[in-house]
Amino acid sequence: MLLHQQFEATAKRRTDTVGLVAGDRRLTFGEIWQRATCLAATIRRCGVQRGDRVIIFLPNSPEMAIAVYATLQVGAIFSPLSPQTKAGKLAYIFQDCAPTCLITDARLAAVWRTALNGADSLRTVIVSGLLDSNPGSLSFIRFDDATREGDALHDHPQTIDQDLASIIYTSGSTGDPKGVMLTHLNMVSAANSISTYLGLREDDVIFCALPLSFDYGLYQILMAFKVGARVVLEPSFAFPVKALEIMERERATVFPGVPTMFSMLMALGNLSQFPLVHLRMITNTAAALPEQHIKEIRSLFPQARLFSMYGLTECKRVTYLPPDQLDTRPTSVGRCMPNEEVYLVDERGTRLPPGSVGELVVRGSHVMRGYWGKPHETAKRLRPGPYPGERVLHTGDLFRMDDEGYLYFVGRMDDIIKSRGEKVAPREVENVLCALPGTLEAAVVGVDDPVLGEAVKAYVVLKPGYVYSERDVVKFCLANLESFMAPKYVEFLRDLPKTTTGKIDKTALKHRRADT
Amino acid sequence: MQDIKAQVKSYIAENFLFGENVGFGDEDSLLARGVLDSTGVLELVMFLETTYGFKVRDEELLPENLDSLLAIEAYVRSKLDGRVPAAVVHPSR
Repeated sequence: MLLHQQFEATAKRRTDTVGLVAGDRRLTFGEIWQRATCLAATIRRCGVQRGDRVIIFLPNSPEMAIAVYATLQVGAIFSPLSPQTKAGKLAYIFQDCAPTCLITDARLAAVWRTALNGADSLRTVIVSGLLDSNPGSLSFIRFDDATREGDALHDHPQTIDQDLASIIYTSGSTGDPKGVMLTHLNMVSAANSISTYLGLREDDVIFCALPLSFDYGLYQILMAFKVGARVVLEPSFAFPVKALEIMERERATVFPGVPTMFSMLMALGNLSQFPLVHLRMITNTAAALPEQHIKEIRSLFPQARLFSMYGLTECKRVTYLPPDQLDTRPTSVGRCMPNEEVYLVDERGTRLPPGSVGELVVRGSHVMRGYWGKPHETAKRLRPGPYPGERVLHTGDLFRMDDEGYLYFVGRMDDIIKSRGEKVAPREVENVLCALPGTLEAAVVGVDDPVLGEAVKAYVVLKPGYVYSERDVVKFCLANLESFMAPKYVEFLRDLPKTTTGKIDKTALKHRRADT
Repeated sequence: MQDIKAQVKSYIAENFLFGENVGFGDEDSLLARGVLDSTGVLELVMFLETTYGFKVRDEELLPENLDSLLAIEAYVRSKLDGRVPAAVVHPSR
């Protein structure tokens, strides 16, 4: 089974059912599939081949879903990027995976036009919305023209489930984003396991304000289109009351969120005006919910079952806590999902018995094929499994497992910060801080934050003669990084604490915070 | 009366755009252009509250009031005049 075939079956079965709602637009499954097929024919005609990379740089929109399924139909690999992506990072990704096609929006033109310089592999750009001018040698095609009826895909690529379906970029500890390679088998397996344990049904209405560039958001579409459920898509959760109004109007039954969204909801005074009687399921992942928040969410939405989950892009999802276990073990991230094995190992890779603390290892068909073009980083995460040729995922996360197989998060083995549910690589922020002319050295750590989970804190040592305000530093970071990576706090120090080997002592920096 | 639109525009340009050349017009959606995200909206709200001295109520935290320069200007004016802002959904322009 290929990823898009899961949707094709739904499009045939529920052709005239509304599958996607976005603002005042309502699209049926049949219409989405039809437009995806037209777009597939267009990009095929432009030369996009099986195995080519297609960058999808779009806000949450029906166009994004159409672009995903069009890319899969030609046997190409889609790579979804957040509309917050800055030109520098986009240019890096163009270099990294050498896409032949970009599908984007005219409103993001200032960013992608800048990044196009040096993107030699690109031959086709599909643009939704109105583009004011069309310079350069690239062929620009309007999204609406590219999805017009009448076109059909004539030659079907011989895609098999070992082929890549997607490359999803995630923050790497070196500072450069890493492209997680996922096959059709990986993604179909993950979608099957998750939709099974959640019990997703075709009468479900999923309210999705998560970015589709993020696997948690993307899978809302993939799973809904597999089971035939409806997705109500919002560009963001910036306006929580608006979100509630839409959930009420559309009779949402499923609300996937991250801790920051739940904090925003809990801060509202008028939540009770939205009874949300149809809501039957709330899911949380990306970062753990504090126990107190679990209690509050359950009392605010007693009609809904709450699923606490844990995962990473490299295998999509690892564990879920069945809602009936919340009272017994509220701090657990749960146990393995169907068709998956998880276990803990020590530093030598030896399996550990229940009760111990060790690195979590994941085994199953959903485990990625590695990082695009990064064999060294891949080898750190993917190690030999029990059978010849098999590879298992070493998560880099430390857990404790109880006697019944439930897992409790202990900490990370690297220094990745999780802020607003997104991964922040300290190195990536430090690289930008060090690009400030007055910076002598800089270090970034995560500090506990009630809303963000962790907040990014920067320690900066300035060169003599330079004076910056905290705001100057934050502004410079905002100009060069996605906003979730910019430090919330900046502290200027005379020097940074060092270890005996001369490395910056991040533990000391964290303790320093604890003292003050 | 100060020029609200110009003030807000320069605040956004200074705090969210910097060197990046992301031009935006008065009616353009700040979220769709990637100028603001959800955290950016909260910062904008804090700026409006401190600059103009009113409280943005939960039910006014809507794209119709805050997602473009024109919307923000109309919203701020209604708040300063003590009127009920256009917090209800308007069909997209």
